[in-house]
Amino acid sequence: MGKTGKKRVLPESVVAGVVSKGDIWAKLSLVIMGIANLRRKQIVKGCIFLFLEVSFLLYMAKSGIEALKGMITLGTQTQGWVFDETLGIDVLAEGDNSMLLLLWGVLCLFVIVAFVMTWRANLKSALEVQELEAKGKHIPGFIDDVKTYLDAKFHRTMLALPMLGVLAFTVMPLVYMILVAFTNYDNTHQPPGNLFDWIGLDNFGTILGSGGLISQTFWPVLGWTITWAVFATLLNYIGGILLALLINRKSVKFKPFWRTMFVMSIAIPSFVSLLVMKTMLQPDGAVNVLLKSMGWIKESIPFLTDATMAKVTIIVVNLWIGIPYTMLITSGILMNIPESLYEAARVDGANASVMFRKITMPYVIFVTTPYLITQFIGNINNFNVIYLLSGGGPSTLDYYQAGKTDLLVTWLYKLTVSSKDYSYASTIGILVFVISAVFSLLTYRRTSAYNNEEAFQ
Amino acid sequence: MFNSGSMSRNKKMKDVASYITLSVLSFIWMIPIMWVVMTSFRKESGSYTSYFFPKGYTIDNYVRLLTDNTQFHFTRWFTNTLFVAVCSCVISTFFVLAVSYVMSRMRFRMRKPLMNIAMILGMFPGFMSMIAIYYILKGIGITQSLAALIMVYSGGAGLGFFIAKGFFDTLPRALDEAAYLDGATRMQTFFKITVPLSKPIIVYTVLTSFLSPWMDFIFASVIMGDNYDNYTVALGLFKMLEREFINDYYTQFAAGCVLISIPIAALFISMQKYYVEGVSGGAVKG
Repeated sequence: MGKTGKKRVLPESVVAGVVSKGDIWAKLSLVIMGIANLRRKQIVKGCIFLFLEVSFLLYMAKSGIEALKGMITLGTQTQGWVFDETLGIDVLAEGDNSMLLLLWGVLCLFVIVAFVMTWRANLKSALEVQELEAKGKHIPGFIDDVKTYLDAKFHRTMLALPMLGVLAFTVMPLVYMILVAFTNYDNTHQPPGNLFDWIGLDNFGTILGSGGLISQTFWPVLGWTITWAVFATLLNYIGGILLALLINRKSVKFKPFWRTMFVMSIAIPSFVSLLVMKTMLQPDGAVNVLLKSMGWIKESIPFLTDATMAKVTIIVVNLWIGIPYTMLITSGILMNIPESLYEAARVDGANASVMFRKITMPYVIFVTTPYLITQFIGNINNFNVIYLLSGGGPSTLDYYQAGKTDLLVTWLYKLTVSSKDYSYASTIGILVFVISAVFSLLTYRRTSAYNNEEAFQ
Repeated sequence: MFNSGSMSRNKKMKDVASYITLSVLSFIWMIPIMWVVMTSFRKESGSYTSYFFPKGYTIDNYVRLLTDNTQFHFTRWFTNTLFVAVCSCVISTFFVLAVSYVMSRMRFRMRKPLMNIAMILGMFPGFMSMIAIYYILKGIGITQSLAALIMVYSGGAGLGFFIAKGFFDTLPRALDEAAYLDGATRMQTFFKITVPLSKPIIVYTVLTSFLSPWMDFIFASVIMGDNYDNYTVALGLFKMLEREFINDYYTQFAAGCVLISIPIAALFISMQKYYVEGVSGGAVKG
């Protein structure tokens, strides 16, 4: 970005262009949007600009200013009992709702950003029509403008709806929750009964160091999250590659049959298989019953009730889904190893095990590194396996709102849904983001998929 | 064939060993599946039994699951999920294809910044924004409705364009340029040239977005709350395992699991070729 010689059009430069080169109509457009377009008979376009400006000003006057103020104070009036002199009794006076104030504030910020972008488009358009008129060229009408949106500006048409969806359902909620991380919106500050307020970086301090029980929960949970991600990723990877190699042996017949047998475990919805496994692994569940009836054990094995055992169980059960998944994805890669490599090795007198160590393994590791990284980040955020299998349990009093097998994401979920500690949940979300981002940045930018995106075009 | 005797015996041993390993492994892999099928036909109710194989078999669990609607309305959940899945699949497929085509084929100032923003957004845990989404939906006044669920599943779909973009990157650009020379607009090129060539990635996108409503129960439970009528299958089945229901409904839960797994597994297995191409598209080519 920015390294190309191409001139970058910054907001200032458009404004500067209007001030230096613009005629009176373009300058008027700084204040009255669309007037330059109206002057050059672009009636519809001009009216749209004008309409947008009027509605923005009305919105700001009516609620926008209030929303911004509310966002700064997050409410001043706590809900409470106030003595009403005319009635002679205490009445419940409605207080400010910090949650809604913050939401309207965020919405207002988005509206302002959208308006600034429209305002800039208006200035650009004013300069454009001025130039066209000066050169004596035809000034496009509304219909011509619309047509460019199917061709040269087709990307805008295509992106409009998806971007609106992403803004409404991803960006806005995310901005809201990131802001919440800097407030004390926890279970003792719940609107509408109570207000919450800005507290700066205190939540990060609480979680990372000085928060007593909360930071004593965070570090072990983080430790287990990383341990889990490393083990789950590596074991699935090794197991999956070995299984793929086994099935892809030249002499093995009925390959599709074997593959399907294993792929069944991915094809079945994970909530079904994991919930079933969960009941099978209970103290009175099917696995213990089977082992007892075969006389192998006397007491039930505490698969999910003992902390260490539960961690092992989760990793092992995850192999049931993970190994076939790796097998499925890497089979194609294995079949694509250039045969010439092996032929050359055979000529040099290499035997099967040398060929495996010197050709197959390096090749597979080389091409699957991006896959390995995605899997690792996916496992840090692997909600389903933990939530469905152990629910984070066995529960413990050493942790704040978390069990012994909770990952950061499942802890985040519990903090949101059961204890309503939104501020801590958001802070943890930001920390998870930082962890994933560091891992991705270290590796993703080096992969060929990112750097050579036009290699095959 | 022209191997020496010991070599071929060695090879035969290895073959036998691989078949044995494969058989044992696939047996282990099948145990949970066989067990849930068995449980779904089990005559005795209750969640835990003190024996592995059921004492009697019946299809009652299926019949009751489909016809007895006093506590749980399985057929309704099924139609709800189908409806949500079809709608959100159409919307998300359009979103994903539109964004990935633009990012792959068109060059404009905001392209790289937008791609980087999308990557950054994807690194935040999805559950983080769940509560904010809930309050936004509540603000519009559509919580507890299927429309809300469709919007949640498909609204942010545009962000998941990386895989499809990788596919479009591999389609030769010369085709597009030939079309422009013939006077086609960008839109015509997209619909007449690119879409017909993109069957694998379209199938992949349709498949993944169709399947996700069948799997998700977290967003569904936050949005639906106690509105049983609008439950989806995953959420409903999850509900059956709650403490007050598990003993009476465990075998019906198993029956529901089997009923729901058969079509989904069949769909997945028949489409797995496209799935693999979708996921590993970039990797296979190195």
